Amino acid sequence: METLVIHGNEACARGAIAAGCRFFAGYPITPASEITEVMSRLLPRTRGVFLQMEDEIASICAILGAAWGGAKTCTATSGPGFTLMQEGIGWAAETDTPVVVIDVMRGGPATGQPTSSSQQDVMQAKYGSHGDYEVIVLVPSSAQEAFDLTVKAFNLAEVYRNPVILLTDEIVGHTREKVRIPEKVEVVERRKPASNPADYVPFRSAAKGLLEGMPAFNQGYGILVDGQLHDEFGGRAGHKPEVSAAMVERICRKITDHADELMDVEEWMLEDAEIAFIAFGSPARPALRAAKDARNLGVKAGLLKLRILWPFPDRVIDRVAMQTRRIIVPEMNMGKVFREVKRVVAGRAEVFSLPKLGGEVHTPTEILRSMSNDQ
Amino acid sequence: MHPLADKYIRKRTLPLIFCPGCGDGTVLNVFLRAVDDLGIFKDLALVGGIGCSGWLPTYLQSDVLHVLHGRAIPFACGLKLTDPRRKVVVFTGDGDCVGIGGNHFIHAARRNIDLTVIMINNGIYGMTGGQVAPTTPLQGRTQTSPYGNLEPPFDVCELARAAGATYVSRWTAAHPVQLLKTIKEGIEHQGFAFIEVMAQCPTQAGRYIEGTSNAGELLSLLKKRAVSLEKAKETPPEEMTGKFVVGKLHHLTGKREFSQAIYDSFPQEKDR
Amino acid sequence: MTASRKKKTAKEIIIDDQFCKGCNLCIEVCPRKVFGRSNKRSHAGYPMPQAANPGCSVCFLCEMTCPDLAITVVEENP
Repeated sequence: METLVIHGNEACARGAIAAGCRFFAGYPITPASEITEVMSRLLPRTRGVFLQMEDEIASICAILGAAWGGAKTCTATSGPGFTLMQEGIGWAAETDTPVVVIDVMRGGPATGQPTSSSQQDVMQAKYGSHGDYEVIVLVPSSAQEAFDLTVKAFNLAEVYRNPVILLTDEIVGHTREKVRIPEKVEVVERRKPASNPADYVPFRSAAKGLLEGMPAFNQGYGILVDGQLHDEFGGRAGHKPEVSAAMVERICRKITDHADELMDVEEWMLEDAEIAFIAFGSPARPALRAAKDARNLGVKAGLLKLRILWPFPDRVIDRVAMQTRRIIVPEMNMGKVFREVKRVVAGRAEVFSLPKLGGEVHTPTEILRSMSNDQ
Repeated sequence: MHPLADKYIRKRTLPLIFCPGCGDGTVLNVFLRAVDDLGIFKDLALVGGIGCSGWLPTYLQSDVLHVLHGRAIPFACGLKLTDPRRKVVVFTGDGDCVGIGGNHFIHAARRNIDLTVIMINNGIYGMTGGQVAPTTPLQGRTQTSPYGNLEPPFDVCELARAAGATYVSRWTAAHPVQLLKTIKEGIEHQGFAFIEVMAQCPTQAGRYIEGTSNAGELLSLLKKRAVSLEKAKETPPEEMTGKFVVGKLHHLTGKREFSQAIYDSFPQEKDR
Repeated sequence: MTASRKKKTAKEIIIDDQFCKGCNLCIEVCPRKVFGRSNKRSHAGYPMPQAANPGCSVCFLCEMTCPDLAITVVEENP
């Protein structure tokens, strides 16, 4: 066990390497550049390939090619780069390609506020590319979680053969904290398909709607990986409505059917809470402080911290909706996850948005005070 | 069925999607021969961009990526760098390679990464119905240049060479024998190999720019416009208007190849 | 190239009617004018060429040019 004092960005890079990442392609962008820099130092020591590509589009495309080359791969960026990568993310979802994309959120839109934090990309993380597809989005709120959830992201990418987004923010990325790095982390290794090449049907669901294993190029599988809608063999199917529909449904349900298993939250003091904060990322920390302070003032407050954003953890929020009478969602955007919470709650409790723009995270006092605001 | 088709083509995908008389088909034909002659099928990793020429590799039974418009080259870089023993060949069109893909093209050439990029140039965006391309001749009338193209076209071989490519050649679909030789050379070359194939497009460029969809006539035009390297040296510039040079235009050995550089540069234990 | 080089002849020139699209590039490229038009239609309905004329020198230009891999030239005593 190693204990380091590092920021979330470095923790992401170390998590990636611990999870088996051996190919990284990135492009400098504030506030994510440190991830690329740390990878440039650490990855070659593992005989992994590090590239700084000519732009973010080249970065996402290179890591997709590398995934089919057999490597666990990732890239890291922030808002503007994340936007450029969307086509690639869509291709990854469409082709069942495992990759991890780290977005260290900063103020937007456009060039926005490069050196300050935000949570404005939460919807983009899910809906960023065109078309119907699904991604898994994990959200750390500390440097330790940046390490842990990056490892988890790689593992989920392998199990689900899907792009997984690690959505951090500038505060998590740049705050130095104690991070415990175990000797060995639990890693899902990539496995070759069980079938031999002659019998292998690359895009047919096996158990639980998931694909069996993943071949790499030049292992004799002769696989056709096509960004156009395809049948189970990879052959083009754009002219066949039923096959096209089935394919899109398969890649979406591959994730949504597992929403309950994927759920990942932490709870404090919710059993008897009359007011619940639902928070994620940086605001989860002042929210916890606020909930504890509220308790000291005699208010039954609690906190639900989301570590996964997508698929949205409907089931646990459903339970909170029945347990509590008021929910407040502090987030560093105009109020986006608030809408999802409101959707799930469906009127069973009052739901209030506590948005914050400008680049700074909510203070505990701001969150505490919001309990008495009627909106 | 042709024995090479029987050996290498995914039967399920036949017949080929190409229009009657399309130059892409000839390139596929010649490529199968190159693969067979070199005996490299097991090591092939093919990448196709978006456009008619991007479909070419999808017909082979090898491992193939059919990727995003303009991005075949960075995908190919990922494949190459995860195992430099792979023979990575990219099939791209003129729009795919130097329109949307221009940035990736020049950087891969700059790095001198060992890829073989076969760009099939029909001077138009064919798959989408015949719009103007960065390689459309001046005054060419297309679906998006109805009054005549005002933009001078690229000389993509010049661009490749200036960017750092170490093998550059140009032939046409009317020169299958020379094409076979250059494709084999390009694949064997350790470095960025760029092969431009001027090709007829009977359906779009043929009808809109040349005024005929007759493949034979279009092929004949390609032959007429192709000037060999030796002849070009003696031809004054004015007489080269509307023509292009064919042959092996650039071949540099000994320049450090990128994937080798990456693998050679891993820090030793003692340097960590 | 030696003076005693044997002259090549074709045993058979096969045009596969499953794949031929009647583009007639074979007619255009053949240096010996072996190909001409025919009344035959391919499987998909394209009017096909035929290799009816003698004199094939087994240069394989037709076979290599054919965009549909529809032509196979079988050499006599290769």
